Amino acid sequence: MSHIKFKLNPEQLTELKEVCKSFNNDKGELINVLHKAQGIFGYLPAEVQEVVAKELKISVAQVYGVVTFYSFFSMMPKGQHPISICMGTACYVRGGEKVLDEFKRILNIQVGETTPDGKYSMSCLRCVGACGLAPVVMVGDKVYGRVAPDGVRDILKNYE
Amino acid sequence: MRNQIMELVKITIDGKTVEVEKGATIYDAAKLIGIDIPTLCYMNMGDMNIKHNPGGCRICVVEVEGRRNLAPSCVTPVMNGMVVNTHSVRVLNARRTVLELMLSDHPFDCLVCAKSGNCDLQSLAQRLGIREIPFQGEQSTYRKDTSPSIIRDMDKCIMCRRCETMCNQVQTVGALSAVNRGFQAVVAPAFEMNLDHSPCTYCGQCISVCPTGALTEVDHTRQVINALADPKKTVIVQTAPAVRVALGEEFGMEPGTIVTGKMAAALRKLGFNYVFDTDFAADLTIMEEGTELLGRLNKFLAGDKKVKLPILTSCCPAWVKFFEHNFPDMLDIPSTARSPQQMFGAIAKNYFAEKINVKREDLVVVSIMPCVAKKYECSREEFSTNGNPDVDYSLSTRELAQFIKQANIDFNSLDDEDFDRPLGESTGAAVIFGTTGGVIEAAVRTAYEIHTGKKLDKVDFQQIRGLENVRSASVDVDGFELKIGIAHGLGNARKLLEDIRDGKSEFHAIEIMACPGGCIGGGGQPYHHGDTSILKARFKAIYREDAGKTIRKSHENPYIIQLYKEFLGKPCSELSHHLLHTKYFDRQDDVFVD
Ligand code: SF4
Ligand code: SF4
Ligand code: SF4
Ligand code: FES
Repeated sequence: MSHIKFKLNPEQLTELKEVCKSFNNDKGELINVLHKAQGIFGYLPAEVQEVVAKELKISVAQVYGVVTFYSFFSMMPKGQHPISICMGTACYVRGGEKVLDEFKRILNIQVGETTPDGKYSMSCLRCVGACGLAPVVMVGDKVYGRVAPDGVRDILKNYE
Repeated sequence: MRNQIMELVKITIDGKTVEVEKGATIYDAAKLIGIDIPTLCYMNMGDMNIKHNPGGCRICVVEVEGRRNLAPSCVTPVMNGMVVNTHSVRVLNARRTVLELMLSDHPFDCLVCAKSGNCDLQSLAQRLGIREIPFQGEQSTYRKDTSPSIIRDMDKCIMCRRCETMCNQVQTVGALSAVNRGFQAVVAPAFEMNLDHSPCTYCGQCISVCPTGALTEVDHTRQVINALADPKKTVIVQTAPAVRVALGEEFGMEPGTIVTGKMAAALRKLGFNYVFDTDFAADLTIMEEGTELLGRLNKFLAGDKKVKLPILTSCCPAWVKFFEHNFPDMLDIPSTARSPQQMFGAIAKNYFAEKINVKREDLVVVSIMPCVAKKYECSREEFSTNGNPDVDYSLSTRELAQFIKQANIDFNSLDDEDFDRPLGESTGAAVIFGTTGGVIEAAVRTAYEIHTGKKLDKVDFQQIRGLENVRSASVDVDGFELKIGIAHGLGNARKLLEDIRDGKSEFHAIEIMACPGGCIGGGGQPYHHGDTSILKARFKAIYREDAGKTIRKSHENPYIIQLYKEFLGKPCSELSHHLLHTKYFDRQDDVFVD
């Protein structure tokens, strides 16, 4: 398996196997196992999927099938500064999509992707409950409100 | 079933009342009274333990009185008093809309599609009288994937997921799974790698059940036509046992028709210089594998604890690739004998070429196989010398039929002809290689006589025959009870292999074929469209062909005897080992992510 960039170290491997075991290595629990695994690693690289497949005795293709079916799961590592753009109704009608397009343009990545230097990743959120501030953008834990497309560059400046 | 009280349910379909067993579906009930509801994703080969009814495509919808929504008949159980209409205006419109939507995301390639004429989607469009596609929109596109045996063209995939059932439930290979969602959904290997980076065995069972042209075999007919047209080349052909009991179907004959003589005649008309028979090499396989079996048994009986038993047959390349991926810790258990296809190739290029004074490079060996894994097998590196393969091209039964039609040969009116000598002579033992249980029965016929020095008075071993998934039988070899296991379908093989790994296996010898039914149900055979009666007819035909042969034991084939005398010496000699045996590789790590 030399072609895989991500390599689990022995502790991570044990931890992942423990997760599978906590669900009795039951293939019916695949989604829960993957959920936990993503919680640990931040994403689901190929090797993690292979270990899960082996432990639950199902094919890697089937695990991959589930990972690609649910948009919640990701095969991309999160960036150092994960950017989330709210696409809830309020944010959307107040121009959230234009903000999103501006992030895409500047960072040159799509939703669900990470910049090649690993600095930024981008995802969409459904309503964060701060509709008064719409459109809302989060970078890590910090919330930015009333973001306009021309304010995107200023936000990113804080994380260079 | 004895004494079990069957609960019956009364239902009315299209005005006809019928009583059926509780638990049956509307589709089943309709079928009983001659109403043929169209289906697409549904597949039921229940008597071979293969069933697929995800209820996904909705082509089979019917109207049930008192219900608001139309019901998919293939998954809806009957209920007492149900009144069903299978062709109301509402049903017909819904069915048409479903199909039109499906077609709107399907390339209009019918004229040039390999599946044309055999495609369930095409015949459904024909049957429902679709004449235009009112929905127009973007069509999804997906890259084509070509492997040594199989082409995946996912633009033609309708997500029925039959292939997934074959690959996962039946074969337990797990090369394919539905991935992504919505418009992007396709069936693919893990991480959407190409098939040759997956544990795929090339058994071709996914092709056998795919309703469309999304999965097809790599076609080598053109290369063969070019070789035949090249005056510098001598082109010879070998035909596998299962081809002769299925080829006729492609020309409208009844399933189970034996067309050995017509096939030989057609091949000669196509221009092959010599028309030979893989059956000859099957007899040779028995000499080598049978001798290997006896060798291991004798050691075992002499108290050798290290000897590997059971011995496993190794004629099926999909099975070989399966154990190389899944049981790399047990590579010393299978027989080292090459498959008949490869034994033929080795003898042709090393013995026959010399005999007729043709250089190896100028001899082209073509095989006609019920199989698509054989294409992969002849591309394996260990089966070539200085880049020149022992078998140059392998065509499926379907490709041969197509080729015969292209050459304007009226197959049905051909007079029977015979194979050429020396590599065309074979026995009944070789013929039965074409079905599950045949290889081991052939081996027993020879091993028995060689071991005991006595003549068998009955060569038919009924206890070995059948179509059950896993069978066991024992044969009395002069007081010694030889225990035999047989499995067809890789999921069944896996069970036997796991028993061996756990030290629970009691068998001395096991035969395994990757395809349900053995090669008669191979991935390169005429499409059966889910009809198991076709496989059964081929199964019976194989034993009829065997019974009709004068010689029925491999070691009595005079040309085999001559081959050992003139060339090989004796079975498992040094030269045999070099030409007719092989080794296996750990392929766990062939599956990787770029
Ligand atoms: S050829 Fe056999 S192993 Fe390969 S994908 Fe098809 S069903 Fe699976
Ligand atoms: S590849 Fe063929 S069998 Fe598999 S899901 Fe697509 S249409 Fe169905
Ligand atoms: S059982 Fe026969 S047809 Fe099927 S993969 Fe094996 S050799 Fe080929
Ligand atoms: S055939 Fe019934 S849902 Fe597809």
